Amino acid sequence: MSAGVAEKTQKTIGGIRRKFAPWNDPSAVPLIRFQNVTKRFGDFIAIENLSLDIYEREFFALLGPSGCGKTTLMRMLAGFEEPNEGRITLAGEDLVGTPPYRRPVNMMFQSYALFPHMSVWDNIAFGLRQDGMEKGAVAARVEEMLKLVKLGQFAKRKPHQLSGGQRQRVALARSLAKRPKVLLLDEPLGALDKKLREETQFELMDLQMELGMTFLIVTHDQEEAMTVADRIAVMNHGKLVQVDQPAVIYEHPNSRYVADFVGDVNILDATVVSVEPGLVTVRPVAAPDRLFRIAQECPAKAGDSVAIALRPEKLRVELDPPADTSVNCLSGEIWDIGYLGDLSIYHVELPGGSRVKAAKPNLTRMVERPISWEDKVYVSFSPDAGVVLTS
Amino acid sequence: MRKGLSWFNVTSIALGFAFLYIPIILLVVYSFNASRLVTVWAGFSTHWYWQLFQNEQLLDAAWVTLRVAFITASVATVLGTMAAITLTRYGRFNGRMLFSGMIYAPLVMPEVITGLSLLLLFVAVNIDRGFWTITLAHITFTMCFVCVVVQSRLVTFDRSLEEAALDLGCPPLKTFLVVTLPIILPAVISGWMLAFTLSLDDLVIASFTTGPGATTLPMRIYSQVRLGVTPEINAACTLLIAIVTVVVIITSIMTKRQEMERQKAERLAAAG
Amino acid sequence: MTGKARGRWLVVAIPYLWLLALFLIPFLIVFKISLSQDAIAQPPYTPVFDLAAGWEAFKQSLGELSIDNYGYVLSWDNEFIEAYGSSLWIAGISTVLLLLVGYPIAYAMARAPKSIRPTLLMLVILPFWTSFLIRVYAWIGILSPEGLLNQLLIALGILSPDAPLQILATDTAVYIGIVYSYLPFMILPLYSALEKMDETLLEAAADLGCPPLSAFWKITWPLSLPGVFAGCLLCFIPAVGEFVIPDLLGGSDTLMIGKVLWTEFSVNRSWTVSSAVAVLLLLVLVVPIVFYQNVQQRELEGR
Repeated sequence: MSAGVAEKTQKTIGGIRRKFAPWNDPSAVPLIRFQNVTKRFGDFIAIENLSLDIYEREFFALLGPSGCGKTTLMRMLAGFEEPNEGRITLAGEDLVGTPPYRRPVNMMFQSYALFPHMSVWDNIAFGLRQDGMEKGAVAARVEEMLKLVKLGQFAKRKPHQLSGGQRQRVALARSLAKRPKVLLLDEPLGALDKKLREETQFELMDLQMELGMTFLIVTHDQEEAMTVADRIAVMNHGKLVQVDQPAVIYEHPNSRYVADFVGDVNILDATVVSVEPGLVTVRPVAAPDRLFRIAQECPAKAGDSVAIALRPEKLRVELDPPADTSVNCLSGEIWDIGYLGDLSIYHVELPGGSRVKAAKPNLTRMVERPISWEDKVYVSFSPDAGVVLTS
Repeated sequence: MRKGLSWFNVTSIALGFAFLYIPIILLVVYSFNASRLVTVWAGFSTHWYWQLFQNEQLLDAAWVTLRVAFITASVATVLGTMAAITLTRYGRFNGRMLFSGMIYAPLVMPEVITGLSLLLLFVAVNIDRGFWTITLAHITFTMCFVCVVVQSRLVTFDRSLEEAALDLGCPPLKTFLVVTLPIILPAVISGWMLAFTLSLDDLVIASFTTGPGATTLPMRIYSQVRLGVTPEINAACTLLIAIVTVVVIITSIMTKRQEMERQKAERLAAAG
Repeated sequence: MTGKARGRWLVVAIPYLWLLALFLIPFLIVFKISLSQDAIAQPPYTPVFDLAAGWEAFKQSLGELSIDNYGYVLSWDNEFIEAYGSSLWIAGISTVLLLLVGYPIAYAMARAPKSIRPTLLMLVILPFWTSFLIRVYAWIGILSPEGLLNQLLIALGILSPDAPLQILATDTAVYIGIVYSYLPFMILPLYSALEKMDETLLEAAADLGCPPLSAFWKITWPLSLPGVFAGCLLCFIPAVGEFVIPDLLGGSDTLMIGKVLWTEFSVNRSWTVSSAVAVLLLLVLVVPIVFYQNVQQRELEGR
């Protein structure tokens, strides 16, 4: 949060972050366990037979499009919804049947849900007073929270007298005040503008580190999830599609869905030619005269239909042909260019009519484009750039 | 928590509606009673309805009331809508406080005060009291209700629609007629209906402001009720209730159908 | 003046002048007549200002005004003060009863599924569209000694036939009548306040450890207060001056100022005393009326 805190924790964060991986440790006991949880609303299945473990001190993100069940999953942990089947445990205790006001988790609401008739101070003190904490202790904790979110001078204000960013901080302070075992964040930054959102993401990470708490965040913004989380669960239609660290999700998506949802990607259909240990050779449908060699273990057999995921920033676009144009190379014509300032995105049309996107950093100030519309170009990539997707 | 209605809530609604409706239902049932005694059931009969249609005094009073109510509602709707526009659109102007005071005070003003004050006005300016004085009095207090109904619609009205019309070259009065009015029309219509029923319903103010020759239905019913309960009055009340219920149900079915057609069109548009 | 400005001016002026002429000026006349004396004449009071008679006559008329009527109304020998007190009392009790009956209904309506809310709302408003007089009248048949309520209780064996409940012509009947007639006016503002409330606030309260009943008193109730004030004022103020309900349902000892004013006017034919009664009633109600105007203004004009 503050500069001091950031400095103090910077070194340790690096150290802890690098080593922090309880999910790989078979002896670690998860803090939160969803076991075969199913939730139906009438005929609609919001969550289908889902199991998930979240560990203590983890910053965990649930990522997915709206309606994928991520919010329902969080609301079941908070106690606003009860599962139809399955168990939810927190620190070994079964939560099903416990009303929300007796659960040791707190939530920061998407709408912030600040009580409009109470001051900032009273909002933050609300949860503490519920616990029957004595007056002096309440005051001390509220002051501490106000300092933490840097809102000390706004204590007497009502929520409608605050800016969006300030309200977000009050909501955060209120949900942190009770020192819950788990903090649930439901699209916590959705209402903020881009710049403030990015700043706040880092503040949230520092805060989570400093307080040593477990955070569970729900978001549809993949950049936000990648920035803040130790692990991300990508959800679709009430199921987990992939649960892993951000880099793994991005670099080794396990399905077309994840590859497409997280980040920008070209997905090309292809047929497997041969499979060797650590290397797959495929023939892309869009360019049957070429071969792709991809360094990856793959369960597919020769002749299988697969998809190749290629991230735009991992593609090279050049006017001159590379040494070998028959492998990991496509040729085509520039169809459109998107100039983003830091990057330019080239849309290359292949002879068959399909298009791929390639991103190229603009390393020097550009006056004239080195590559222009309708230029003939070569798109190439290295064997460890692509991913073979079998589902 | 979205668990639908709790047991407590269902009970409150059920008891509340029972309280609201049982007296009216009993009234209707006993209008078909063969006995003159309202409280003893002596078999089904429509006798009192025939009696009612031969009661010329009552029919005359009903005719007077309907005419008063119709004129009242129409004039009050125009004046109330103007007042609503003034209060939502004109910002601050000299005498605004007084104006809004004069709009809101009649909503709660005890009828005896309004009635007495209007009577004394009519005496002071020496108008013949009767049909028209009742109508003037009714317009005055119902226009405030119309104003509040229209005003509550106008505050949520998207001003940019009007600005768009002005921007496209439509003069202000025409903008009001072709853009604003069609959109606030449901509120204006319910304002009209409210004014109509308030006028239909009023006993106290009409009793003060009337003169010889103009007796409204509530005045007639009141004088008969004071003499005791008769099934004939039950029959008259039942007819009034029936008319109002039919009108309200037709209106709500119409709005519902309109709404459904709109939704259907939207679905088609979305799918198309 | 340009055409546009004239159009704007007319929109303000027509309703403004109408209300000045038919709402404000009548009050001034009532006030003036409350300072006059009864006379057997047409109009039945004196002095009558006649501007045609010249300045001297006007000054003389002015000298004839007196506050005698107020002295009469405010004297303990007459029943007026008692009537004011008992009107305020009856209206106050009725308002509390209305709140107790109306709040749970409005609350349940606001928590009902969105799809059935318009229907519920219509069902609350529907009785209001049927005549007020009819609704009061309906209770006579229910509450009278040989009425339906007593018949039911006797049939159930709760009451013996020779000792029916005497409810009609008592204050209890007046309470029932007021609660029944004014209920929609209480429910509607409450409902609109409760329906506006964001339900996630209750989730937030639960999340912070607040059980439902406590959350009601800490969140729902304070946030519904504007509706509570609006509803109570909307019922209380007219109920103080109520005439029909005490007249039809109340007994001869039910003292309400609206009824007294009516009697003074139509039976005793004293326009001056009834004017004084009206002015004093208005004085009693001026605080709640101004309060109500503020509530309305905030609600409708967002200020």
